[in-house]
Amino acid sequence: MEIVLRELQNGNVAFGIFCLIAVIGALYVLFSKNVLYASYGLLISFLGVAGIFVFAGGEFVSAAQIMIYIGGILILLIFGIMLSSNKKMEKGRLNIENKDMVFSLTIAVSLSLLLSFLVLESKFNISSFKPQQHIKNLGYNLMTDSVLVLEIIGVLLLMALIGATYIAKKDE
Amino acid sequence: MNSLTPYLIVSAILFAIGFAVIVTKKNLILMLMGVELMLNAVNINFVAFSKFDKIPEQGQIFALFIMLVAASEVAVGLAIILKIKKYYENINPEKLTELKN
Repeated sequence: MEIVLRELQNGNVAFGIFCLIAVIGALYVLFSKNVLYASYGLLISFLGVAGIFVFAGGEFVSAAQIMIYIGGILILLIFGIMLSSNKKMEKGRLNIENKDMVFSLTIAVSLSLLLSFLVLESKFNISSFKPQQHIKNLGYNLMTDSVLVLEIIGVLLLMALIGATYIAKKDE
Repeated sequence: MNSLTPYLIVSAILFAIGFAVIVTKKNLILMLMGVELMLNAVNINFVAFSKFDKIPEQGQIFALFIMLVAASEVAVGLAIILKIKKYYENINPEKLTELKN
């Protein structure tokens, strides 16, 4: 009982729940037979990852994850699903076929086991710092040290969006 | 959570699932989703390492940049997928065999 209470107060239980949400959403993407439902699984997974970011001390990254991934990328993906579904097939036009499921599952399980083994074997020389005014520091750092990268990323985003609209336009 | 290991293990699992999605699905949009899952796993690693860093902002800024690059990648990828759909009438990568033989 005391152990359970202590774990609850440490936040380990909540962390585990967020990890489960992220992994289960990703597994749903892997196993679902419908493209649209797979995108909803991706939504669940993104929310779980946002929770993990909060536990890792990245509050701003978590908010950005929700805004960029869920508000931007996922909406784009759902638009793509709607625009690219096959209209001639009335029934099951959102269905997807899986291929080499056993093979890929074997690779995935062995890859995750290998990575986990390497993580558990390695010793990280870490120490815990708890900075004050965290998001403020993030803003300062973004505007001083990495301002060049910020500008380049902005130009890249502009170029990518203009290029995407140009590629997707109708041919005359 | 005051240890680095759980973050890394969750990220390893997510990375493996994303890889399996890319290998398994015969649909270009689903493959893009797999790429997103893998990028998310990498982001977890960056933020988790930055928690134990002397300058905790660096890793988080890198994670933000990864998110923006992922956004632009998805935009261009979806535009290309729509063009492929218009030209070949499907988006199954197994059937895009114009350069075969």
